[in-house]
Amino acid sequence: MSIGLIGRKVGMTQLFQADGTMIPVSVVSVEPNTVTRLRTPERDGYTAVQLGIEESGRLTKPEIGQLKNLPKLSVIREFRLDDAGTEAYTVGQRLDVTLFTAGDVVDVVGVSKGKGFSGHIKRHHFKRGPKTHGSDHHRAPGSIGPGTTPGRVYKGMRMAGHLGDTRATVKKLRVVRADAERNLLLVKGSVPGSPNALILVKKV
Amino acid sequence: MNVLDEITREQIRTDTPELSAGDTVRVAARVVEGNRERIQVFEGTVMRLRGGGIQRSITVRRIASGVGVERTFKVNSPRIDKIEVVRHGQARRAQLYFLRKRVGKAATLRERRVSS
Repeated sequence: MSIGLIGRKVGMTQLFQADGTMIPVSVVSVEPNTVTRLRTPERDGYTAVQLGIEESGRLTKPEIGQLKNLPKLSVIREFRLDDAGTEAYTVGQRLDVTLFTAGDVVDVVGVSKGKGFSGHIKRHHFKRGPKTHGSDHHRAPGSIGPGTTPGRVYKGMRMAGHLGDTRATVKKLRVVRADAERNLLLVKGSVPGSPNALILVKKV
Repeated sequence: MNVLDEITREQIRTDTPELSAGDTVRVAARVVEGNRERIQVFEGTVMRLRGGGIQRSITVRRIASGVGVERTFKVNSPRIDKIEVVRHGQARRAQLYFLRKRVGKAATLRERRVSS
């Protein structure tokens, strides 16, 4: 667990490397984050840095009270720090993409795209039945358990249901470029969620 | 402008000439041999153009010592030193796959007059 930044997904594109190979990159827009609070073991029982982004006029009075003299930030997330203390950070400090440099390994957290009520083939990668040759068993799940004993379906049986729209972490992605001028972070590979989705980029 | 377009636009090369199927081109590509880098020239007919933006590529066909050789180049790749159009060919279709079945003079295309 270590420090990271809050951003929003922009989308994906491709980059040429110097050796002529092309790599897929996800673009994350990371506007400078403001440190809004520090969590200490003495007071809170754990160590973390709380960061905020995106000023908004629509905050409740309790929220404004939490932020005191800071800008009215609408998105607030915490990053747990292991044993390293919070000495390096002060409330009101601004952190931007220069926190990362090309080549860094990061974990990216987001909310995956919602797929609605999905069948077991899409949701659990079950095999499908034959399409033809007299088959009636096209996308049916098959047996879901024994009969009279135990007389019920075991808990956790993999079946159709809601898929996606859950917190998802993609680990060990490599930072390709940190563009401080445009506040962009380019990481190799895909990150969860649709464009404009909230993304947490954590240092490993 | 869209940030993604901006990132791709930065990578698109402006020094590539106008290319079309049927043109004879000379492509100078940088190749690494062991630990030495040199420029390899491949001359042939543009058999097809594919993709747009940063993905844009050309397939070039030539007959090398009696064997047909096709090579695909990413037009915007930094490994391409230069692309030169030697001759404009008259082509009535976008993909010139019929060239694969032809040999000798039958595999040549009429020259296209370009008013420049």
